[in-house]
Amino acid sequence: MIYSLIFRVAVRLLVPLLLLFSVFMMLRGHNLPGGGFVGGLVAASAFVLYALAAGVERAREVLRVEPQTLLGSGLAFAYGAGLLALAFGKPFLTGLWVHLHIPLLGDLHLGSSLLFDLGVMLVVVGTVLLMVFSVEDRLPGLVEE
Amino acid sequence: MLFAVLSIFLGAALAPLVVRFAGRASGWILGLLPLGVFAYFVQQVPAVSHGEPLRQSMAWLPSFEVPLSFYLDGLSLLFALLVTGIGTLIVVYAGGYLAHHELLGRFYVQLLSFMGAMLGLVLADNIFVFFIFFELTSLTSYLLIGFYHTEEGARAAARKALVVTGGGGLALLGGLVLLSQVTGTLEMSEMLSMGAAVQSHPYYLAIFVLVCAGAFTKSAQFPFHFWLPAAMAGPTPVSAYLHSATMVKAGVFLLARMSPVLGGTAVWTGTLGIVGGFTMVMSAWLALRYTDLKQILAYTTVMVLGLLTMLLGVGGEEAITAMVTFTVVHALYKGGLFMVAGNIDHETGTRDVLELGGLRSAMPWTMAGAVATGLSMAGIPPLMGFIGKEATYEAALHAPTGALLLLAAGVLANVALVGAGLVVGLKPFIGERTGAFTREPHEAPASMWLGPCVLGALGLAFGVYPALIDHTVLQAAQTGILQTSHELHLALWHGVNPALMASLVTFALGFTVYATWETIQASAPMRGLGVAFGDGPGRTFERGLYGLARFSQGITQLFQNGRFRWYLFAIFTSIIVFVGGGLLFEAQLVWPALEGSVAYYEAALAGLIVLSALVAVRTQGRFVAILALSIAGYSIALIYMLFGAPDLAMTQFAIETLTLILLVIVIVHLPGIGEEEPLGVRLRDGAVALGCGALVTVIMSIIVNRPLNMRVSEYLAENSYTEAQGHNIVNVILVDFRGVDTMGEITVLTIAALGVYVLMRMPRNRAHETPAETEPAASEDASAEDGS
Repeated sequence: MIYSLIFRVAVRLLVPLLLLFSVFMMLRGHNLPGGGFVGGLVAASAFVLYALAAGVERAREVLRVEPQTLLGSGLAFAYGAGLLALAFGKPFLTGLWVHLHIPLLGDLHLGSSLLFDLGVMLVVVGTVLLMVFSVEDRLPGLVEE
Repeated sequence: MLFAVLSIFLGAALAPLVVRFAGRASGWILGLLPLGVFAYFVQQVPAVSHGEPLRQSMAWLPSFEVPLSFYLDGLSLLFALLVTGIGTLIVVYAGGYLAHHELLGRFYVQLLSFMGAMLGLVLADNIFVFFIFFELTSLTSYLLIGFYHTEEGARAAARKALVVTGGGGLALLGGLVLLSQVTGTLEMSEMLSMGAAVQSHPYYLAIFVLVCAGAFTKSAQFPFHFWLPAAMAGPTPVSAYLHSATMVKAGVFLLARMSPVLGGTAVWTGTLGIVGGFTMVMSAWLALRYTDLKQILAYTTVMVLGLLTMLLGVGGEEAITAMVTFTVVHALYKGGLFMVAGNIDHETGTRDVLELGGLRSAMPWTMAGAVATGLSMAGIPPLMGFIGKEATYEAALHAPTGALLLLAAGVLANVALVGAGLVVGLKPFIGERTGAFTREPHEAPASMWLGPCVLGALGLAFGVYPALIDHTVLQAAQTGILQTSHELHLALWHGVNPALMASLVTFALGFTVYATWETIQASAPMRGLGVAFGDGPGRTFERGLYGLARFSQGITQLFQNGRFRWYLFAIFTSIIVFVGGGLLFEAQLVWPALEGSVAYYEAALAGLIVLSALVAVRTQGRFVAILALSIAGYSIALIYMLFGAPDLAMTQFAIETLTLILLVIVIVHLPGIGEEEPLGVRLRDGAVALGCGALVTVIMSIIVNRPLNMRVSEYLAENSYTEAQGHNIVNVILVDFRGVDTMGEITVLTIAALGVYVLMRMPRNRAHETPAETEPAASEDASAEDGS
């Protein structure tokens, strides 16, 4: 844990912003710079920052699920997006699109590639956090009290 | 036919359920399934024997042009009848034999899976379908031999069988693929008429060798015969079914199937004749060396497989007549005798012939089956074995070359077979009880004596009245092998002819062998034979296998010695040597001409990168080194930014930050760099580093000098919105155009993360240096990810 008042206050403000930003990055990725990979890295750094400020135990609590679960569900989303195309009689991983018109939001294009990107994001978050958490478990030091 | 095969596999899936609810009776219930399939094939007999082969095909893997196609001619019909007919008796038998075994359900799954695979094998038309079933029989055989998996011996035997037959299967695949290239078809039935074209093709010899490798390993021909006697470690129903009546005949079946395509040449006749003939004589006498009932039967099985191979090599009407006849004869008597051996083992506790005797009153039904099948094995009239032996001698006498040699080899092998048949079928039941039994001998349950009795009765019926099958099933099978129709007529009495003389000589010598068996068995020449061909090859194989394991362990320890620095050294040096060496030969190196001007901030960034690299190398503190490296990383991200790759830059920033944090977490636990390394080590490391730098520079200069090919980029730019509905090409490539790559990458990422997780949980003494070393490696994975 880093005993710096400035850092800890800053993290309190930064973590929600970063998490929001990561979702934003993931969603805009299809048309503008961003994507699941970067989004995942941003989200992971939010949790790592939190771990630095409040300790790994607190960070685990905030995360609520084990990083391994994130890895597994991320892979399931990505492969599921691929398999979905099979269900519609198209080759594996073909992009599927739904075009919706919702009154207040405007036109919405939903694709199976969003699901895929979500999977990528979850895997990236899971990878980074599993590494950081397990290293911390083994070598309690900087992050721990 | 498709439903016949599928129903057996379905039965395999449902078997545990049946066993759970039916308990002891499950053998009888499950036996109905192969019985039904058997009945189906019996119905096909009239049509097929009139020369109307049945074909069936359905789409299976259309993108590879592999249909699930089946072909039922006389040859496959004969084998299908054997597989399902004997299979029925075996399923019933196993219900009695393993009645008290807790894993009976699992046994039935494996046994029925094997049956389905074997049935698929004999019916398959497409070569890939054939190959898949061929390997499936090897796999199920592996599981069944190793059924008593708690015993070391059973596991070793199963491994032996799998390595030998599986390896042969791979060779076979090569042969079949070559064959399909030569003939231009994947269907065996279409290849049958292309024999002349194949035999004059330059690939012929390669195809022949590869197909023979598959057939000889599967059918236990010398020098691969050793796995079959070892496979007797499996439960007796398995030995009776797989390792005598069906699976080991798959190799013979393959040769028979291929004989219109590959057969008739000098190399075919020579190889099959010599290998088969030698295997036959060698294993026939080897059988007399052993006293274990199952070992005797195993070696005589090898003998028959050698005989069948030899007959296929000889070819021609008489030889093929003998071959199909003997296939039936052998399946009937050998399946029965194995079951008898199982009954004796089961009810007396021993299989050693020297300890057995006088069981006639205790086991009357078993004895009836044993005598009928044993005498058929000995080739004594009026059993069908006699007809089979006569047919063999006829074939030898009609052989175009070496008729006398073949006859001599046949007589020599059959003399031993007479002796072995009497030793197994008669000796345990006559004479005095020896009293060496561990339990009081009594008759086996009906499910267990039914098999030998039915098979014995069939051997008698076909012997007395061969017209039951000779014009129909056997003639059709012969037609399937020869591709021309001949009248096939079998009879017990052929008049006084050379074959009968040979039979009489065989009997005279055979009875002598039986009378003096115990002396022969223990004699010095037999002991030598046993060491040289019986136990020797298996032991050599085992030693070779362990040698191979030790060799690969040595290689692994050389390259994977756990020292991170060595890994880096090996990887980078080999890249420099192989890539750099290749470039030296291939490329003309020209220093790239710079176009345009370099902005001052670009120059400053480049300077910063060089500077930070120098600091990283020269500093004494690890912390400073890592910070310096991070500065280099961030500068590279800035360069991406300047040259219009925002996605890449963002990812690089994020990765750099996380890597830095990870390294810092780990680094605080490591001691400082401290004293300097010896000069030699530093020079070596410096040389590797300089080499890498030079290589990258060279590659860059080559890339820059090449005219940029924009075709792919333009294609992506044009199609990214129309095809994948996204404006960000980088992201569209990642999630759509090359989505499979990304899928692979996130899978690798997951594995890397789990690897770190496991490493961190390993005991300290085994992972002494790993924490510091894994992290950079793992995060390098991550940064390699965004580069693609």
